[in-house]
Amino acid sequence: MKHLLSSAQLSRDEAVGILDTTLDMAEVRTRAIKKLPTLRGKTVANVFFEDSTRTRLSFEAAAMALGADVTTFTAQGSSVSKGESLKDTLQTLEAMGAEFIVLRHAHSGVCETVVNSGWVDAHVINAGDGTHEHPTQALLDAFTMRTRLFGDTSRGRDLTDLAVVIVGDILHSRVARSNIWLLRTLGASVTVAAPQTLVPREIESWGVTVVSTLDEALESQPHVVMTLRVQKERMSSGYFPSESEFSELWGMTSARLRRLGENAIVMHPGPMNRGLEIAGAVADSPQSTVTDQVANGVATRMAVLYTVMGGSR
Amino acid sequence: MARTVLTKADIDRALKRIAHEIIESQRGRNDLLFLGIPTRGVHLAQRLARLVSDIEPQQVDVGSLDVTMYRDDLALQSTRATAFTDIPPSGVDGRTVILVDDVLFSGRTVRAALDALTALGRPDIVRFAVLVDRGHRELPIRADFVGKNLPTSTAERVNVSLSEIDGSDEVSIA
Repeated sequence: MKHLLSSAQLSRDEAVGILDTTLDMAEVRTRAIKKLPTLRGKTVANVFFEDSTRTRLSFEAAAMALGADVTTFTAQGSSVSKGESLKDTLQTLEAMGAEFIVLRHAHSGVCETVVNSGWVDAHVINAGDGTHEHPTQALLDAFTMRTRLFGDTSRGRDLTDLAVVIVGDILHSRVARSNIWLLRTLGASVTVAAPQTLVPREIESWGVTVVSTLDEALESQPHVVMTLRVQKERMSSGYFPSESEFSELWGMTSARLRRLGENAIVMHPGPMNRGLEIAGAVADSPQSTVTDQVANGVATRMAVLYTVMGGSR
Repeated sequence: MARTVLTKADIDRALKRIAHEIIESQRGRNDLLFLGIPTRGVHLAQRLARLVSDIEPQQVDVGSLDVTMYRDDLALQSTRATAFTDIPPSGVDGRTVILVDDVLFSGRTVRAALDALTALGRPDIVRFAVLVDRGHRELPIRADFVGKNLPTSTAERVNVSLSEIDGSDEVSIA
């Protein structure tokens, strides 16, 4: 695998392979010396045309833990404001020695364009493209679910028989798309609960069940409830009547948490709008995996960098 | 066509001899930690640890050491699956560590193992035990304990089967 552009590209075995490698990377994170020489002498360029805290820091930590040199590019304060094109920006970074490009961009499909255009030879990893995909988030979410639910017997397993509810703004969410496609590949069943205005039209073809309220989705006692950030910056208006109504019908509240089994988990990719899609008390409860997801993010991205590296020839 | 070079009885005898040699080289020290290199090295390490403590009852620890991410040929081939590293809680510091693998060939795996070990701590002594030494070294490395020296051509394949994963014990050349 030379690039990781989407979770839809992954076969079941490739995905399980990355999750198992993540386990081994997580073990390295517990050692006294947390650094591997695997990418020594290589340069990873983090190219972020959109704002990010955890994804950028997580990729930086992962690249450094593998011994790589890291260059971070953010569009703000760069020559992009002088009109430099994406092609020229990436070619400039490659000319400076970048062999891995971790790319985040507001345009859906931009990573495929970069790879298919032949602008650069570098390995390309999608760190979020518009409302399309965010595959490393889906992998770290799958790893978090597998670890929480199967513990020491995780290795080699997919997510067969796992019931996952994804609730909220599916339409604008690359996290939801990547998760739905990866979860289906790994054998989980997925139910989506969202206002009709925030459900993509093509969802029928993704093999998921769609319900209109979170209460309806919780009736089947799912193992996982994945909440999503309401993306105010991607919305004009009129997607739902008011924040309080959203919270009423699709928010993960303490009352709803009590209806879930004790072993069920609640996830959120961050950053959270506390009180809107997830109640503060739920986010801070032992059933929440919010901080696990961040911690697992570094090991997951180490595994992804390692996996694409092998595809050099 | 595969030709058997070591039978189950040969493997048992070789491991028993190595166990005696390890005890002899210890000169009374009681700090053994066997670290197997996945996959088959781990099972050989477990067998050696059992044999050593049967011969001279003592505390013997066993673990596994994955060296994949320390290899020098990662970018040259398709992605190798990583394996689990399991170091006993007592750690490697101050111990006599016996690295164990099934086949010694170029020596590059052992080189990677020494680097991986350095990142985990500072053993007092590191020795290397191997079931089969097939020659063709590319680095200045040798094993301290060898089950069988097996002259081979580089075109040949040495296959080690162990009952724990392959159902039976055998070493063959194809």
